[in-house]
Amino acid sequence: MSISNDQAQAYWRENLRIIMTHLAIWFVVSYGAAILFVEQLNEIPFFGFPLGFWFGQQGSIFVFVILIWTYVFSMNKLDEKYDVHE
Amino acid sequence: MSLDVLTFLFVGGSFALYIGIAIWARAGSTKEFYVAGGGVPPIANGMATAADWMSAASFISLAGLVSFVGRDGSAYLMGWTGGYVLLALTLAPYLRKFGKFTVPDFIGDRYYSQTARVIAVVCTIVISFTYVAGQMRGVGIVFSRYLHVDIDTGVYIGMTIVFFYAVLGGMKGITYTQVAQYVVLILAFTVPAFFLSAQVTGHILPQIGLGATLDSGMSVLATLDQLSVDLGFNQYTSGKKSTIDLFFLTVALMCGTAGLPHVIVRFFTVPRVKDARLSAGYALIFIALLYTAVPGVAGFGRVNLIQTINGADGTGTAYSEMPDWFKQWENTGLLGWADRNGDGKVQYASGAAFTAKKGKPIFSDERGEHGQRMTTNPTPGAEFDAAKQPFANEVYVDRDIMVLANPDIAQLPNWVIALVAAGAVAAALSTAAGLLLVISTAISHDLMKKTINPNINDKQELMFARLAAIVAIVIAGYFGINPPGFVAQVVALAFGLACASVFPAIIMGIFWTRHNSQGAIAGMLVGLVTTMAYMYYFAFGGGSPDEYFMGISPGGFGTVGAILHVVVGYVVSSMTPPPPQEIQDVVADLRIPRGAGEAHDH
Repeated sequence: MSISNDQAQAYWRENLRIIMTHLAIWFVVSYGAAILFVEQLNEIPFFGFPLGFWFGQQGSIFVFVILIWTYVFSMNKLDEKYDVHE
Repeated sequence: MSLDVLTFLFVGGSFALYIGIAIWARAGSTKEFYVAGGGVPPIANGMATAADWMSAASFISLAGLVSFVGRDGSAYLMGWTGGYVLLALTLAPYLRKFGKFTVPDFIGDRYYSQTARVIAVVCTIVISFTYVAGQMRGVGIVFSRYLHVDIDTGVYIGMTIVFFYAVLGGMKGITYTQVAQYVVLILAFTVPAFFLSAQVTGHILPQIGLGATLDSGMSVLATLDQLSVDLGFNQYTSGKKSTIDLFFLTVALMCGTAGLPHVIVRFFTVPRVKDARLSAGYALIFIALLYTAVPGVAGFGRVNLIQTINGADGTGTAYSEMPDWFKQWENTGLLGWADRNGDGKVQYASGAAFTAKKGKPIFSDERGEHGQRMTTNPTPGAEFDAAKQPFANEVYVDRDIMVLANPDIAQLPNWVIALVAAGAVAAALSTAAGLLLVISTAISHDLMKKTINPNINDKQELMFARLAAIVAIVIAGYFGINPPGFVAQVVALAFGLACASVFPAIIMGIFWTRHNSQGAIAGMLVGLVTTMAYMYYFAFGGGSPDEYFMGISPGGFGTVGAILHVVVGYVVSSMTPPPPQEIQDVVADLRIPRGAGEAHDH
């Protein structure tokens, strides 16, 4: 390891924060919108879909793709910030 | 050109391509065999991962499933894509940094225990074999329908092809073949989806078409809801499963996806940690191209199916006037009709048309007065609840035929149908090859080299890997020819085990430095045993659905197993000594991307 222990810990904490924010959104669009609150959201029409149904069958998947990519970019930035990139 | 000639051209042409690639990308060392030399570019790895992942289940079964269960299908759509988010954020980069070949490698080394390694090997082999069985059946279905050979011959052909590139090329051959297979399968899925969507709604994209309004002035989904309710089914857009069951099922599918050894191993093949994240990003884009088209294909297929069978006036169509596809699928045994009310018309509604075997027909060798195949188990009488539906159901349609039959039902051009056949075979073969590699690696590397005889050299290990691949192909072929009658339960088992045993063990290994071997072993065993016991009890032990724990069906029980794994693992770990300092250093090191180097052996 080329970086100090403190630096490594700070890097890990920021890493965890990025993971948790992404997973929070991941949870809301799938478990939240498409399972727990699906009935309520289904009352809202969305381009011909009931909204909850749309999240379950289309919307959540689009959000998943975006989430992985924003994660990739945030992590690349974080790696450079702490000079641990390859 | 006739459909037969076109199908031979498409399927034969794709086979020639795969074999060509296999010869070009032969593996010379164990490293090339296990992880393709560790130098696969992320975009190619993304495509290979997508092909590896999208099996006969995704290609053939998923749209059929969604088509029949409507909203409850969301669990599979979200589970099999959302798992990649978990994988990309919590596993892939760290496992790449760890830099070994296999999942048992990680578990055995991280928990400094041969016992843990062997448990991981057992899980890997069980999970992969259950999966392979389904792939070979998929190949069999396609061959029997389109090449007019019997299912057995189809399976032999599939085995020969997989033998070529899995045994010769190892991971290197498989990876580059999968790139080609991805292209074939995604075209084969989306082209008919565009046709269907344009035909039914006027929008070419099924993602938009499913929300469109039809000529009748009603939206597609409202039409589906109406048709479903009129025939006594549940509303298409609302579910039958309870919220808690759907929740647990989705968790089990997501964590199971992230814990499947043949998916995880793909992230060992890229050069850097950064590339592992990037590969996951590409993989999910490539997967989403198919998955977001699935609900459209399912919905349009359902509308077409109901309207074709019940006719324009909704009273049924005379058997003599049914289109060819109906009779051809009847010949494969995946569709059956019993004229329960004796009017000569085929009618489709809610309810089982056949008794026993979960409503599946048992065919006799005779033909009936209309030329239909006779069955020995039609549901007697033609009673139905007149308040709910206009007639009794007379048809059995296997869910697995929906995607394959869709182009027929919609009367698409022959080349589209031939393309679908090639795509279904590509989907089944690419996944089968990836799984066979994982099985052979688990045996040659994790069992032979790491557990039984560490003294074998690279060449001998490679020989064991190839031998194991051959044995695995033969066993997989056996399951393809004699498919177990409980395929659905077996696939649920694969995800349940991955969710309850593999996934938590890896996550805790990365995110909790203090986790030790005692805790990990206890956790894995608890997850494994409870999940297997629960599934066994409800599949074979005579358990009935009203005995479900908190209303959770066996498919979702992997989540409960995972929770038990974490709790037991935590408690046992806390009561026993922490892991040695060098292990704690390894965990600290795998959290830092720099210095990943190549996937190495020791």
